[in-house]
Amino acid sequence: MPYTITEKILLAHTNKKDIKPGDFIEARIDLALGNDITAPLAIEEFRKSGAKKVFNNKEIVLVPDHFAPAKDLKSANQCKILADFAKEQRIKNYFEVGCMGIEHALLPEKGLVSPGDLVIGADSHTCTYGALGSFATGVGSTDLARAFIDGKCWFKVPDAIKFIYKGTLNKWVGGKDLILYTIGSIGVDGALGKVMEFSGPVIEGLNMDDRFTMSNMAIEAGGVTGIIEPDEKTYEYLHATRHRLHATGKKAWSLQREAWGRLKSDTDVTYERVYEYDVSKLEPLVACPHLPSNVKPAEKLGSIVLDQVVIGSCTNGRISDLRIAAKILKGRMIKPGLRLIVIPATQKIYLEAVKEGLAEIFVKAGGVFSTPTCGPCLGGHMGILTEGERCLATTNRNFIGRMGHPKSEVYLASPAVAVASAITGRITHPDLL
Amino acid sequence: MIIKGRVHKFGNDINTDDIIAAKYLVTADEQELGRHCMENIAPDFSSKVNKGEIIVAGKNFGCGSSREHAPRALKGCGIAAVVAKSFAGIFFRNAINIGLPFLQLDDVDPVRNTKALREENRISNGVDKIKDGDSLEIDLAHGIIKNLSANQVYNTAAFPEFLQEIITAGGLMNYIKKVNRG
Repeated sequence: MPYTITEKILLAHTNKKDIKPGDFIEARIDLALGNDITAPLAIEEFRKSGAKKVFNNKEIVLVPDHFAPAKDLKSANQCKILADFAKEQRIKNYFEVGCMGIEHALLPEKGLVSPGDLVIGADSHTCTYGALGSFATGVGSTDLARAFIDGKCWFKVPDAIKFIYKGTLNKWVGGKDLILYTIGSIGVDGALGKVMEFSGPVIEGLNMDDRFTMSNMAIEAGGVTGIIEPDEKTYEYLHATRHRLHATGKKAWSLQREAWGRLKSDTDVTYERVYEYDVSKLEPLVACPHLPSNVKPAEKLGSIVLDQVVIGSCTNGRISDLRIAAKILKGRMIKPGLRLIVIPATQKIYLEAVKEGLAEIFVKAGGVFSTPTCGPCLGGHMGILTEGERCLATTNRNFIGRMGHPKSEVYLASPAVAVASAITGRITHPDLL
Repeated sequence: MIIKGRVHKFGNDINTDDIIAAKYLVTADEQELGRHCMENIAPDFSSKVNKGEIIVAGKNFGCGSSREHAPRALKGCGIAAVVAKSFAGIFFRNAINIGLPFLQLDDVDPVRNTKALREENRISNGVDKIKDGDSLEIDLAHGIIKNLSANQVYNTAAFPEFLQEIITAGGLMNYIKKVNRG
């Protein structure tokens, strides 16, 4: 029977001989993730159940990243619940401030996710790791508590929608524009309960950072995950991150690569739907308030005056995002009166940005360069908007009040559009500088 | 279980930031979360809700963040059930796991009219027929929604057996206790 890559991964994590979309399954998970917002609730449920010990202290990841470094007393308490639990249960992958980063940039960077893995995270953007060819999906705190206990999670086997991207990308157009275009085309529930499978020559040409950006926002179309079949670029990335299998020796690595090579959807598989896009004419896009599907070309929004620009988040806080922004900003100043907040997603990215001189470019141009945190993306800290303020951000959501006051506005775009807009003070296509 | 209460009507794509803003995610206390439920889009919501009332909404209810605080906030402010055209995936599983009653009443679900109405015209799309302030009576076990204000009855599809087991057990944690014991 032909299977999608998703079905192959799910099947490999059950005791079943066969699965089909719509089936309910209990599956073994390879990794369970929680953060300073969702894990405290999971830990409370874990304790209430009477459980004493987690199923496996190597397959749980705890990252205080949302309101960390702790923004106030209550957040400090949440972070402490994580730290104490990690210590008590000897959780190997607990990342304290100083080691931490935004979880969805951090886990791949640390080599914790492999193609073919089944990953759950009590955070909706867990779908990011689909870019590595894993089945990774967001769940709730009670799901996480249950996984702490027996390493399992229930799933409804999802249907898959295939997206094929063809053509040649214009300058300044990347993963963010492709995913905004997709969400704009199918709507915020266009993939509700389905897996989005990204494919085609354009995806093959994207670097891993751009692929992570695309998979990251699958949830913004209701997708269970946004999966990409692993290829040479995936292996190169895993090799460079000193993935745990790489460390075990050349032979194990080549055997593993062979197995990963089989992680492809069968050619005769039935998709729920197939979308084929020619993206050659695509120009930089912006999602306007208050839905990620409210997408318009950046060049048509030149009248939108901004108070703040944020470059960061699990969507676009990676090194290639900062490089693009710094390249455009070099030798220029941001618009006086506008606030530019740049947040590298992890400590490693932070250091790279310092070493490469990117941090200096941002600061000299009048921006701030922050320690890693989810911070303003969800209206936590480090750049909250007051009534009537407008922000363009490289983040993933522009819901009402997402970055602060319910009467503030968030526009979503790529790092290139973000930095061009920071220079002019209005939403700006980078070509117009 | 029968839930009888007044309707609070919402539109499409109500996200979990709407249900409970991130700034309040520093507690797991359901009452405290409930006090800020829907604050960004309906500031007086939590003060208007009486215990046992019902939310009726359009498509994609609970989209966005995975925060389980959202269904917990709804419970905390007194909401007894949510009826919507469709539910976002993570909200759906959270509601199952923590035992927040919800029913999907979509455009194409079979609709059963009361005798009098059956002769007049066939009712389609229950959610659009339900108005803010209507009184509903929901029979959860059978998935039947009676609109007492409009004298209509809407049928919803039954939950699949697997989910029914979690619901019957009283949520995921009770369910796995039962399964792991057995």
